[in-house]
Amino acid sequence: MELIVALGIGVLVASGVWLILRPRTYQVIIGLSLLSYAVNLLIFGMGRLRENAAPVVEAGAVIDASQYTDPLPQALVLTAIVISFATTALFLVVLLASRGLTGTDHVDGREPGS
Amino acid sequence: MLLILLIALPFVGSLIAALLPTNARNAEAWLAGAIALSGLLITASFFQDVAAGKVARLAVPWLPMLGVDFSLRMDGFAWLFTALVTGIGLLVVLYARYYMSPQDPVPRFFAFLLAFMGSMLGIVLSGNLLQLAFFWELTSLFSFLLIGYWHHSAVARDGARMALTITVTGGLAMLAGILVLGQITGSYELDKVLAAGERIRNHSLYLPALVLILLGAFTKSAQFPFHFWLPHAMAAPTPVSAYLHSATMVKAGVFLLARLWPALAGTDAWFWLVSGTGLATLLLGAYVAIFQHDLKRLLAYSTISNLGLITLLLGMNSPLAAVAAIFHIMNHATFKASLFMAAGIIDHESGTRDIRRLSGLRRPMPYTATLAMVAATAMAGVPLLNGFISKEMFFTETLLVTTPLPWLGSILPYAAILYGIFSVTYSLRFIHGTFFGPPPVDLPRQPKEPPHWMRFPVELLVLLCLVVGIAPGFSVGPLLDVAVLGVLGDAKPAYNLSVWHGFNLPLLMSAIAMAGGVLLYLALQRYLLTGTEGTPFVRHMAGKRLFERTLVTLSWRIARPLEGLLGTRRLQPQLRLLVAVAAAAALAAGWDWLAAPALRLPDGLDPTLTIVWLIGMACAVGAAHQAKFHRLRALILMGGAGMTTVITFVWFSAPDLALTQMLVEIVTTVLILLGLRWLPRRIPGIDPLQPLTLPRRLSDLTIALGAGTGVGLMAYAVMRRPLPDTISHYFTERAYSEGGGTNVVNVILVDFRGFDTLGEITVLGIVALTVYALLRRFRPAPESIAIPEQQRVQNAYDSARPDRQPGLTLAEYMLVPGVLMRLLFPFMLALALYLFLRGHNLPGGGFVAGLTMAIAFIVQYMANGTRWVESRIRLHPLRWIGLGLVFALLTGIGAWLAAHPFLTSHTRYLELPVLGKVPLASALFFDLGVFSLVVGATALILIALAHQSLRSALVAARTPVSPPSKED
Repeated sequence: MELIVALGIGVLVASGVWLILRPRTYQVIIGLSLLSYAVNLLIFGMGRLRENAAPVVEAGAVIDASQYTDPLPQALVLTAIVISFATTALFLVVLLASRGLTGTDHVDGREPGS
Repeated sequence: MLLILLIALPFVGSLIAALLPTNARNAEAWLAGAIALSGLLITASFFQDVAAGKVARLAVPWLPMLGVDFSLRMDGFAWLFTALVTGIGLLVVLYARYYMSPQDPVPRFFAFLLAFMGSMLGIVLSGNLLQLAFFWELTSLFSFLLIGYWHHSAVARDGARMALTITVTGGLAMLAGILVLGQITGSYELDKVLAAGERIRNHSLYLPALVLILLGAFTKSAQFPFHFWLPHAMAAPTPVSAYLHSATMVKAGVFLLARLWPALAGTDAWFWLVSGTGLATLLLGAYVAIFQHDLKRLLAYSTISNLGLITLLLGMNSPLAAVAAIFHIMNHATFKASLFMAAGIIDHESGTRDIRRLSGLRRPMPYTATLAMVAATAMAGVPLLNGFISKEMFFTETLLVTTPLPWLGSILPYAAILYGIFSVTYSLRFIHGTFFGPPPVDLPRQPKEPPHWMRFPVELLVLLCLVVGIAPGFSVGPLLDVAVLGVLGDAKPAYNLSVWHGFNLPLLMSAIAMAGGVLLYLALQRYLLTGTEGTPFVRHMAGKRLFERTLVTLSWRIARPLEGLLGTRRLQPQLRLLVAVAAAAALAAGWDWLAAPALRLPDGLDPTLTIVWLIGMACAVGAAHQAKFHRLRALILMGGAGMTTVITFVWFSAPDLALTQMLVEIVTTVLILLGLRWLPRRIPGIDPLQPLTLPRRLSDLTIALGAGTGVGLMAYAVMRRPLPDTISHYFTERAYSEGGGTNVVNVILVDFRGFDTLGEITVLGIVALTVYALLRRFRPAPESIAIPEQQRVQNAYDSARPDRQPGLTLAEYMLVPGVLMRLLFPFMLALALYLFLRGHNLPGGGFVAGLTMAIAFIVQYMANGTRWVESRIRLHPLRWIGLGLVFALLTGIGAWLAAHPFLTSHTRYLELPVLGKVPLASALFFDLGVFSLVVGATALILIALAHQSLRSALVAARTPVSPPSKED
C-alpha cells in the first residue's frame, strides 16, 4: 500500500520541481499545486496509512486511541490545503499583474536576452 | 509596583507627548516635568529601604521555560542612578522649555526625551541582564533620534548615524558577552551573576565574555578608540547633550562596569583592559579638549576624559578606587550638565559657541558667567568644589594602586598629574576664552541674560557643586554610602569624605596640576589665538575618517562584488539553488541510513488504488509536460492528480481532508480558468528551443528526478515504520470529553489548536484582501483586452442572422445546465449549512461549509454571468471576512470573561424541539467565524478576478483596440 502512495508522492514531487524550475509563470503555478499535493500527502502519511479508522470517536464511550488513525497530521493538512489555495490565488494574481505590467509571462518579468 | 511605575511612566508620557499638538510647548514641558518629578519622588520614597541595605525587587514571569523573568531590582547603586536620571531629567526638561524654539516640533522632542528617560531607567533598574541589554539598545535608538532631532542638518544626521552604529554594534557585542556569561553562571539574573564572581573569573570563557561586555561598555561610554562619536553627537540640541552626554547615556557604560564589578573585576585581564583603556581615554580626551574651539566639543572631549577617569578607577581592582569612581560619576554629572546648559545659554543668547568669536561675555551676562565659571572650576578640580574631592581621591588611588607590573604603578601618578594639568588648561580656556577679554563684537545676536527659569537648572546644579565641595560628608555622604553599598556590598571599604586631609602627596599633586595648567594655558595662548583647526600631534588620528572608510568598505567595496558573485535577480537560478541545497541537506541528514537502508518490504498492493495512482502519476507527468503550450490541458491533468489525492484521503480514513481537498480543487480550477484569459498565447514552434536550453533542461530534469526519488524514498521509509507514541492520542481521547465533539480533526481545529486556526484564517483574509487590492489596479496586456475569440465568433454569428440579436448565443449558451444550477442554489446552501452544523461530530466543519457556500455562489456566476447574479444578490465578501474575524476573536475573548485563557472553549448540548440534541459549544461560534471568513475570502478572490472581464470590456469599449493578430 505504502509503496504506491510513496511512488505517487515521488512522481508528484518530480513533476512539481521540474515545473517550478521552468521559465513561464503558468508552469510555476501548476508546479506549485502539484508540489502542494505531494507535501500534503507526505505530511498526512506521517500519521501512517490506515483504512477504516477515521478519527470520529463514539460519544461518551471509553476511547482507545489506537483504534483510530492519527488525527493531528490531518488537522495540519486541512488548514494547509486551504492556505495553499490562498497562495495559489495570490500567485495567480501576481502573475497576471506582472504580465500586464511587463508584457511577458516570464518569471523574471522580461524575456531572456532582452 | 512603584518600580514598574517608574519605568512605565516615561513611556506612557512619551506616547502622550507624541500626540500633543505641535505648538504645545508649555503642555509638553509640564507633562515631561511632571513625569520626571514623580519619578524623582518615587525614587526618594525608596531611599529609606535602600539605605538600610535592602534591595527592592519585582519579578514577573516572562519566558519561564527559558528561566527568564522580567525583573526589576533597585539597590543603592541603581538608586543613585535613578535619582540622577530623574533629577537631571527634571532640570533638563525645564531648561528645554526655554531652549527649544517655538518653530521646533516639540512633541517629537519631548516624546523622544521621555522615552529615552524610560529606557535609561530600564537599564538601571533591570534585574536581568538580557532585559538590560534590551533597554541598552533602546537608549541607543532614542539617542539616535534625539541627536538627529534637527534632521534637516546633514551634520546632525551623520552624527546620529555614527552614534547609533557604534553604540549599537557595541551593544550587540555586549549581548553576546551576556549570553556567554549566562552560559557560565546558568542564569541571567543579576543577583545570581554577581554572586557567581569566583566561578566566572576562573571559567575558561571568562576572557571572551569580558572582552565582549567591555566592547559594549566602552562604545557606550565613548572610550578610546571608540570615543569619536561623542563630539559628533554634539549636533544634538543642547538639552539633549546636557542630559545624554553628561548624566545618562554615556554613563551607561561605566554603570555597567561598576554593576558587574563584583563579578568581573579582580583579574589581570580586567586591569589591563579597563584601566589601560581608561588611561588612554583620560589623557587623550583632556589633551584634545584643550584645542577645541567649539564650546560643546570642548565639553564633549572633557566628558570623554572624565569617563576615562571613571573607567581607569574601576579598572584598578581596588574597592577604594571603585568608591572614587562612583563618587566621580555623581560629581561629573552635576558639573558637566550645568556646563552644557551654560554653553547652550551662551549659544542661545549670542548665536555662536565658537571660542574664537566669543569674548568678554561676563559683562552682558554676569550671572551666567559666574555660574559657568564655578562649574568650570569644579571641572578643573579646584578646592571647595565637588570635582576637587573626587580628583583628590583619584590622585590618592594612583599612589596606592598595586599593578601587575611595578613600573606601571610608579608611572600612574605622573599620568594623573598630566591629566590634572590638561583639565585645568581646558577649563581655563572655557572660562577665559568666553567670559574675559574685550567686549564681544560682531556676534550673530546681541548677548543678554536668558530668562530666569532657563538659568535656574544651572543655578541649582552649581549650588550642588558648591555644597558637595564644601561639606561632602554631610551632604553627599549618605547617598554615596548607599551607592557603594549597592556595588560592593559587604566588601565596602572605609573611606573618608572630607575636604582637608592635611598636607599630603595628593594635595601636592593637585597644586602642581593647578600651577602647571595655568602655565600651560599661558604658554599655549599664542597658538590658540591663531585659531588653527585640529589638535597638534594627533590631528591625523581621526576616528571619524576611519569609521567612514570602514562603512564604505563594508557597504560598497565588499557588498557589491559579493552581490555580483552570489546575487541574482533571476528566479530560476534561485529556485535551482534552493532545491539543490534542500536536497543536499536531506542527503546529508539521511546519509547513514542510505548506506544501509532498512526498508521494510512492501505489504502488497491493492489493485484499485494502484490503478488510481497510475492514472494520477500519468496526470502529474502530463501536466508537467503540457503546462507550457496547453494550459487548459495542464489544468485538467492537474485536477486529475488532485482527484487522486482526494481518493487517497478517502481510502486512508481522512474524510475531512478528502472533502476539503475536493472543494478546494473546484475553486482552484475555477480560479485558474478565470486567469487563463489574461495570459499570452504560446504556440509550439513559434519560439524554438535555444541551444542553451538543452543542457539546462537536462540538469533541471536531474534535479527534479533526484528530488522526487528522495521524497518518495523518505515517504516510504517513514510510512512503513510503526507509529511511535505521539501527542495525537491525547487529542483522540479527549476530543469528546473535553472538546465536546466526536470529529477529532474538527475539534483539534476549532478547540485544541484554535489559536493556530485563528492565525490561518487571518492569513486567508489578508491574502484575499491583497488579491483584491492587486486587482483594483490591474492592467491587462493590450492584446488580451479585446473580447475573446469565442465571443467574437458568437457575436458575428448573431449579427449575420437577421432573426437573432447580438449576444443571444451567449445568453442561450448552456441554457439547460444554467437553469439547473439556478435551481440547485438553495440546495447547495442547505448542504453548506448541513456540513457546517455536523462538523463538530462528523466530517464537515467551517472550512468545508465555507467552501461549499462560496462554490454555490460561484456556480451562479458561472451559469448566469456576473451581471445577472449581481442584479439579484449582492454578496459583500469584505463584510463576511470582517464578520468572520470578529466572530472568531469574540469567541476567544469570551473565554476571558469566564476567567479562562484566550480561546478556551465551553461545551454544552442543547435539547431543541425539532432538531433534537444540538451541540452548543463555544467552538461552534468559532467555527462560524471560520465559515464566514472562508466564504468571504474565497468569494472575494474569485469575484474580483471575474470582474476583470467586465472592467476590461468597459475599457475596450472606451478605447478601441485592434484585434490581436495571429502571429503574437
